Amino acid sequence: MEALMTWLEAQLADNSIFTLQTLGYYGEGLVTTVQLVFLSLVIGLVLAVPLAIGRGSKHRWISLPIFLYCYVFRGTPLLVQLYLIYYGVVFVEGIQETWLWVILEKPFVPALIAFTLNTAAYTTEIFRGAIKSTARGEIEAARAYGMSRGLMLRRIVLPSAFRRALPAYGNEVIFMLHASAIASVVTIMDLTGAARFVYARYYAPFDAFLFVAAIYLCLTFAILYLFRYLERRLLAHLKPASG
Amino acid sequence: MADTPIPLEVRNITKRFGDAEVLKGLSLKAHKGDVITLIGASGSGKSTFLRCMNLLEQPDEGEVIVHGEEIRFRMTKHGREPADWKQVVRMRARLSMVFQSFNLWAHMTLLENVIEAPVHVLGKPKKEAIAHARQLLERVGLDKHADYYPAQMSGGQQQRGAIARALAMDPEVMLFDEPTSALDPELVGDVLKVMRDLAQEGRTMIVVTHEMAFARDVSTQVIYLHQGRVEEAGPPQEVLDNPRSERLKQFLAPKH
Amino acid sequence: MIDLHGYGPRLAEGALITIELAVLSLILAIVLGLLTASAKMSRSWLAHRIGTLYTTVIRGVPDLVLMMLLFFGGQIGINMVTDQLYERFGWDVFINVNEFVAGVVTIGLIFGAYMGETFRGAFLAVDSGQIEAGRAYGMNHWLVFRRIRFPQMMRHAIPGLSNNWMVLLKTTALVSVIGLTDMVRVAAEASKATREPFTFMIIVAAVYLLIATVSEWGFARLQKRYNVGYREAD
Repeated sequence: MEALMTWLEAQLADNSIFTLQTLGYYGEGLVTTVQLVFLSLVIGLVLAVPLAIGRGSKHRWISLPIFLYCYVFRGTPLLVQLYLIYYGVVFVEGIQETWLWVILEKPFVPALIAFTLNTAAYTTEIFRGAIKSTARGEIEAARAYGMSRGLMLRRIVLPSAFRRALPAYGNEVIFMLHASAIASVVTIMDLTGAARFVYARYYAPFDAFLFVAAIYLCLTFAILYLFRYLERRLLAHLKPASG
Repeated sequence: MADTPIPLEVRNITKRFGDAEVLKGLSLKAHKGDVITLIGASGSGKSTFLRCMNLLEQPDEGEVIVHGEEIRFRMTKHGREPADWKQVVRMRARLSMVFQSFNLWAHMTLLENVIEAPVHVLGKPKKEAIAHARQLLERVGLDKHADYYPAQMSGGQQQRGAIARALAMDPEVMLFDEPTSALDPELVGDVLKVMRDLAQEGRTMIVVTHEMAFARDVSTQVIYLHQGRVEEAGPPQEVLDNPRSERLKQFLAPKH
Repeated sequence: MIDLHGYGPRLAEGALITIELAVLSLILAIVLGLLTASAKMSRSWLAHRIGTLYTTVIRGVPDLVLMMLLFFGGQIGINMVTDQLYERFGWDVFINVNEFVAGVVTIGLIFGAYMGETFRGAFLAVDSGQIEAGRAYGMNHWLVFRRIRFPQMMRHAIPGLSNNWMVLLKTTALVSVIGLTDMVRVAAEASKATREPFTFMIIVAAVYLLIATVSEWGFARLQKRYNVGYREAD
């Protein structure tokens, strides 16, 4: 390990900007970005399932709040949502004295909250669309076989809906990756934060930002291929029979 | 003899799709007033042949001569293409086509459809075009539908409208590509009636069709195509009533 | 009444800047989109490659990163060009890349790529039979495009256009990060100064929602107009 690091350092020695230290910043940034994106997506996904089901509820007292939540969070910029929550938690009366402050002090948590709420709203709509577009025939068959609503939901509608939501959700994942760059605005040291730091330090915008752009490009392609693979495996049953 | 050139002549038309040769050296001469019917089984190449005449398909070999003017071709990496598209555009303005799926322009009313080409291609003044269009629509029985959109009309009405559109160009030759094949049986008769009237007034028409009664009653010549070749050709009495080839006999035999 | 602590006028100005930014970017995006769509459908191998490269890069890099690249890098880049111009031709020119221009160019470039896809899909959706009829009646390429292809394409493009616009609208908020005093920046400053983030951010959110709602209504009307003559989709 030591030998690898020394070798790497030697390689980068005559590079004025891309020293080992600089790469270290990008590395940390990458870790932060992945954490932020992954956590917000997972929590958002978990929240979206009950929300999507509730969105279609006959009871207006359930469906209306969910609709409003989605409408607001999808209709306003993420940056505004971030500012709202980031500054909001700071300026709430007396919050600095409570135990919550321990976790809210670092900018990471408010950012996570904002991103989670945002992705949950979009994902809810995606699932809602997928649930709605379940083939009528399948639902009728389920009813005809005496399945209760809950059973039908669990065994027929949801598994099918998840698979059909895959293409749209893949887009959402990529969108979240790109949106995470906004976290740098509230001083979080994610990938973009690292790039801004390097730019400010060395006054080299092209080096700093082109490099980080390349990293994002690679991550985007990785996600793209992942989802294409998943679609191939899980959606094969929807393609017409070949031959 | 004739000073006026032949309206449409094609010689030795050959067309390949990949390795398959779909048309094998077909020729046809349409004199003024001719009504030539092309018949044959699906895949015999009759539609492709028709579409080569106004260069909606590019023949790989052969000549296309409209009103005495021969279309110039050149070789490109995509195959043989017309050398001068302006020439093709000019030539197409002398021909009119009626399509199997009508192809009326969906975002325009029937009247707008009929005046579109005369105004924008021939440069006719709009007022004149509208007056002429109304006459033609009356002729095909659609004068009350002038402001309807295609989606609001039945198939038979759309096709009659398409014929009015074709007539508006005052074409030398009218090309019909299976004009009644996409219609419900009840509506076929109306369209055929219009076509018969056109034939009777001396229009030059080339028609691809399955309607044998029409072919027999109205054509001056019937050409039977099989696998890209002319099996038989001649006046309808000969070809339809006394077919010589075995295949043609089978093709004409009533199927139930 | 809500106390805006005197930030009212500045917020209103900022809102105006946001709208200007959005509309100008939209125009640029539509132009680029049409160019990209034609490049990707063209027979020229080179045009196709350039178009694909363009859309791939845009869709692979975050909007904010592109914006910074263009703004911070753009000034240096322009300076290099003007330096060259001075050295070669003696032209003493200084072009200042301001935040607004950088914003319009960046957002226009980004959404030009997305519009390109929208237009391409819309062109492909046009009924080829009607195109054929146009050609068969002696219409040349340009006439077919102007009278048949374009009107029919627009009908298919409007939903996509509307979606792209909605996203574009929200993306304008990012320009506040590179320093443009749009309403988000004013609201951020006001939030910090007055310690009342909720007030200002909620106002900004409301303005965005208002613009979005008006846009939706506008696009619905546009859709109706281009759908004239078609049956309602069932």
